Amino acid sequence: MKHLNIEQKRPRIAVFDFTGCEGCELQLANKEETLGAFLDAIEVINYREVSSEKGDNYDVALIDGAITRPDEIERLKAIREKAKVLVAMGSCACFGGVTKLKNAYNLDEANREVYGDCPKETIPTMAVGDVVTVDLKLPGCPVSKDEVERVVQHLVWDLPLPTYAYPVCLQCKQRYTVCRFDMGELCLGPITRAGCNAPCPAGGLGCWGCRGPAENPNYEEFFALAKEKGFSEQEVKDRLAFFGGFEDVL
Amino acid sequence: MTTSGKNTKKINLNVDVHHLTRVEGHGNIRVRVVDGKVTEARWDIVETPRFFEVMLKGKHYTAAGILTARICGICSIGHCLASVRASEAAFGVTIPEAAAKLRLLAKHGETMQSHFLHLFFLAAPDFLGLTSAIPLKDLNPEVFGIAARLKKLANDICDLVAGRTTHPVSLQVGGVAKMPDRHALLEIRDRLERSVPDLTATVELFKTLEIPEFVRETEFVALKGENDYPFIGGRLVSTDGVERDESEYLAMTNEYVDKNNTSKWAKLSRESLAVGALARLNNNYDFLNDQAKAVAVELGLAPVCHAPLMNNVAQLVECVHVVYDSIRLIDELVDSGNAETMAPVKPKAGRGVGAVEVPRGILYHDYEYGDDGRVVRANCVIPTTQNNANIHYDMHALAEQFACEGMTDERLELLCSMLVRAYDPCISCSVH
Repeated sequence: MKHLNIEQKRPRIAVFDFTGCEGCELQLANKEETLGAFLDAIEVINYREVSSEKGDNYDVALIDGAITRPDEIERLKAIREKAKVLVAMGSCACFGGVTKLKNAYNLDEANREVYGDCPKETIPTMAVGDVVTVDLKLPGCPVSKDEVERVVQHLVWDLPLPTYAYPVCLQCKQRYTVCRFDMGELCLGPITRAGCNAPCPAGGLGCWGCRGPAENPNYEEFFALAKEKGFSEQEVKDRLAFFGGFEDVL
Repeated sequence: MTTSGKNTKKINLNVDVHHLTRVEGHGNIRVRVVDGKVTEARWDIVETPRFFEVMLKGKHYTAAGILTARICGICSIGHCLASVRASEAAFGVTIPEAAAKLRLLAKHGETMQSHFLHLFFLAAPDFLGLTSAIPLKDLNPEVFGIAARLKKLANDICDLVAGRTTHPVSLQVGGVAKMPDRHALLEIRDRLERSVPDLTATVELFKTLEIPEFVRETEFVALKGENDYPFIGGRLVSTDGVERDESEYLAMTNEYVDKNNTSKWAKLSRESLAVGALARLNNNYDFLNDQAKAVAVELGLAPVCHAPLMNNVAQLVECVHVVYDSIRLIDELVDSGNAETMAPVKPKAGRGVGAVEVPRGILYHDYEYGDDGRVVRANCVIPTTQNNANIHYDMHALAEQFACEGMTDERLELLCSMLVRAYDPCISCSVH
């Protein structure tokens, strides 16, 4: 890839899937208006969902999914050893995601309920960071392709990495979305990290907090607001637990 | 490709694929041929289970669709639609007519998104001798451009109607949260019309692809069309003549556990069954619109077709159908103005089933609710779960057909991989 006739360095990227819906991986093939440029800027070493190429000489490992079986721990550790930079991509990789909701149930009983007397191997869900060191977290369910692109831009052109200290609320204001609280709904927008461009409130659904907490969220004020609007403690707790990003306040 | 049928020379073959590429999720292929005899031919799912049915227990009905969308990153709209339909059946809610149209439009967007992803990015590279569609960007920028434009159009429909392509937000129990902006709908309509040359070029491309000849008689299960090509709800039908009500889906799926698979297997009148685009088309060909039928004729696809690799062609025929049907739906939605899109919802104890034709076949969600609107028991039966046993038995028949003189390990591996990819399996979905 050349810009103004100067060869650019192309980061060698590998994508690996663990336990999840592989929706984050799919995002990498979306945003088609820049897909060609995105693929030009990187070298795809591994991307099982889309390519049969396989290799071990990658610099960046994008990890999709949570860890729920012993063989995944071993696989993840081997990837960590090879990768210079390991990125947890999406809420499952960053926090355990919805996959972590199973930890609230007895796993032997869960196995019996689904598989009867032929149980399958499973362990309590862990985030990628519970197993190996994570260099960069890109939470979201699914991950924002825009943020993945900005990581690539950082690697190629040294542009700043995406950081969003402020909450989703601000992005709703930016796009003139009517506040879901004013519509009588619960919304985690005041405490959830922005960067998604707030599609859920705009689509008629309060925020479920898939990106985890913003910087220094004002929990006290948020809990007071939820209570004042008539939402029970259980409702708020259910919502905070959904994607696994708010464990610290549960 | 030619097949010589019976072996003229004893041959030994060995295929071992760990984590097949260009499919969603993790599955393995293993084929052994010793002295011209197939001693082993397996398709095994090794995906990690997530226990969604257990996680649903105790969840409020407003969370069920948001949670189950996460079963699948490719067909999240289909999961959400089956989920809200099951909840509405349990509560006795009838959604407004405009909401039903919007849901079908979102479904069409997903059908296009998933089929185009599969046709161009997952299936086509095998036919073109490539390891992925990425090199097409430089080798054949025209085709790469067509794929990108069609996929983008599909994703934009989902964004507009469902609020987001992956993991929708506007599809809720009671209907759809909002009516999209009229001008945005008309813009999509315009782009749908302008996509016809890209569609035509895609048909021309697929006409040049040589599809390996492999036929195994199969029972195909789908929704039964009454007046239209069916996508959301209705009676269930099989090409072996079984017919059931939506709520009797368990009689169509008969799931059981196989010791080598984390996905269950399913059967009906035979040892296995198939669902998906080919199954829908085989059961509902007459309801395709004229443009889609013309493409089916052009590509040599007629019901009942028992060639699993023709599922690729069936997906393309469906893409043509949904493009034109989306135009029709947008016209009707624009005419309906600012129609109501949400019905009031009052949860009550009860059970409901929602059946939806998602890209890979018929999907069922079945929920039992308590009076508090929280799930007591749930069951989800996934299309790929219903296909896995059929792929497994296909693999044996395919190995037998092709285990003849001149066959190599590499060639057989490609044929087995193409067979699996033709089903467009959604493996993490099938294990959920």
